[in-house]
Amino acid sequence: MPAAPEKRSPKRSRLEKAADAPVKTAGASNGAVKGVTRAANAPAKRMRTSAKPGETAAKTETVWNPRIVVFACNWCSYAGADTAGVSRVQHQPHFRMIRVMCSGRIQPGFVLHAFEKGADGVLVSGCHIGDCHYMFGNERAAEQFEITRDVVRLLGLEEGRLRLEWISAAEGVRFAEVINGFTEEVRKLGPSPLGGKDVSA
Amino acid sequence: MEMMRMAGPADLAKQTRAWACYDCGKCTATCPISRVGGDYSPRRHVLAVNRGERGENEADGSLRMCLTCSLCDSRCPVQVDYTNLVRRLREISYRPDAQMECPHGGALQSMMRMMARGGLHQNRLEWLTGDMKTDTRKGHVFYWAGCAVYFDAFFQKLDVKTLDANRAAVRLMNFLNFTPVVSPEERCCGHDLLWNGDRENFERLARHNVALVRESGAEVLVTSCAECLRTWKADYAPFFDGKPPRILHITEFIAQHRSELKFEKNGKRRVVFQDPCRLGRHLGIYEPPRQVLRGMAGVELVEMRKSGPAAICCAGGTWSNCDRFAKQIQVNRLREARATGAEVLATACPKCQIHFRCAMKDPNLSADIEIEMRDIAELVMESLSNDGSAGQ
Repeated sequence: MPAAPEKRSPKRSRLEKAADAPVKTAGASNGAVKGVTRAANAPAKRMRTSAKPGETAAKTETVWNPRIVVFACNWCSYAGADTAGVSRVQHQPHFRMIRVMCSGRIQPGFVLHAFEKGADGVLVSGCHIGDCHYMFGNERAAEQFEITRDVVRLLGLEEGRLRLEWISAAEGVRFAEVINGFTEEVRKLGPSPLGGKDVSA
Repeated sequence: MEMMRMAGPADLAKQTRAWACYDCGKCTATCPISRVGGDYSPRRHVLAVNRGERGENEADGSLRMCLTCSLCDSRCPVQVDYTNLVRRLREISYRPDAQMECPHGGALQSMMRMMARGGLHQNRLEWLTGDMKTDTRKGHVFYWAGCAVYFDAFFQKLDVKTLDANRAAVRLMNFLNFTPVVSPEERCCGHDLLWNGDRENFERLARHNVALVRESGAEVLVTSCAECLRTWKADYAPFFDGKPPRILHITEFIAQHRSELKFEKNGKRRVVFQDPCRLGRHLGIYEPPRQVLRGMAGVELVEMRKSGPAAICCAGGTWSNCDRFAKQIQVNRLREARATGAEVLATACPKCQIHFRCAMKDPNLSADIEIEMRDIAELVMESLSNDGSAGQ
């Protein structure tokens, strides 16, 4: 499971934590992203204060947390996130992970749907080329990604909102680095123009 | 508009003349899907509406199989408007939260909804080249480019080149001394969303697009896409306040300026024309494309066995359905085109290009069905003689 940098309550069961980790921690962990300046046009709704209970209002720092969708293949990238988790590698928690059996499954429709629903960034990940559990699924993923990237560019979304990364099951640290780097990049870009209120399904 | 959306089965039966159905079954017998073995029956939907049963039509997803090509309408002895009936039924049964299974994983629907939502600064004018004279804001003629730029990006693996038609159209307009407006603010016309039942997002797109063209001050709107044309002519009508611009298909536009064009005779080419369902049966435009083709010196126009009002459509008009029956329809149609002995299949709609191109990619069939496919505007641009014609 991807590691969450928040302090975990010992009372929660292991299973519960595992189920919650990728989703709930996204908004709840506020202290982890201290020191990041606020994005200019961030909507108030998704701003969080990083003030600890004892601090005064003057010291309050606000950051904007992006909503990122991560597509990960079952055999490498998702396992890589697991490795990051069991190794207690700290990383940014503002992503939702969607596991697919193979990165070859991640067709443009998936990514476009995520953007349509207001995702600020989408990360597509799979096994390194040559390591695919299904021989050539990741090559297919790269082909599909090319199409997705072209369409996203035409739509006028910034290139930095979409990324393709190969992460193996052993690369827990790399998973954390990729997530941190991508989160920072998306944070700099600010909220997606398609974010905010959800208009369509 | 609002009234029609809320219409129940009884009103629907009245508005679409479904009540007149006497169960002859001609619609099902002519339906291109049922003719290639698909389990699809327009008659069943008509009868269910007449019985006041909504559930049956919505339950099995068969509503989404209809190509909305209108062939059954043209054969119906009592003029039941089945195409509109199916559209209304799709609107009534549309649930924004229900994810329907769409071809291409719903990617195209996602693009359309993103455009409907607004706030994006699209890069949709990338296809314009330096030699083209266009204006992004104001002008007498608006060239409605449609979503060809997205199609070419999305279907790049199929070698789809629908933008060639756009480029030819703009060059041709320049040749005739027009500087068309081509706007980066253009959004999808919403045709496919409307025919998928998503009226809310369609209306959003319609309001934006109508305002955009009104601001440009254009009196004429020209488009290369048969679906955009249908949408502008028929479905945008309630959104205009005041006088709408004249809306022309590129073939109509060329036909009007035929006298100003001189063609070079560079060998005889046999050309066969595929009538897009939107252009033909939906809008009754059969002659202008043929006039243009016949008027070209180097072209011999031949017809398929089923042409004009009887033409079979490309089986993929609204991105709502794609299956083996659609493929069979495409293959049959391409075989028919090849049987005429034509070298070139002329089209007038990007969707025809995409779907036929996809069918031709079949490695087992390509030898039988492959044929050069060009938009009419491209053929015109290629055979223009540059000397002594108006404009240059």
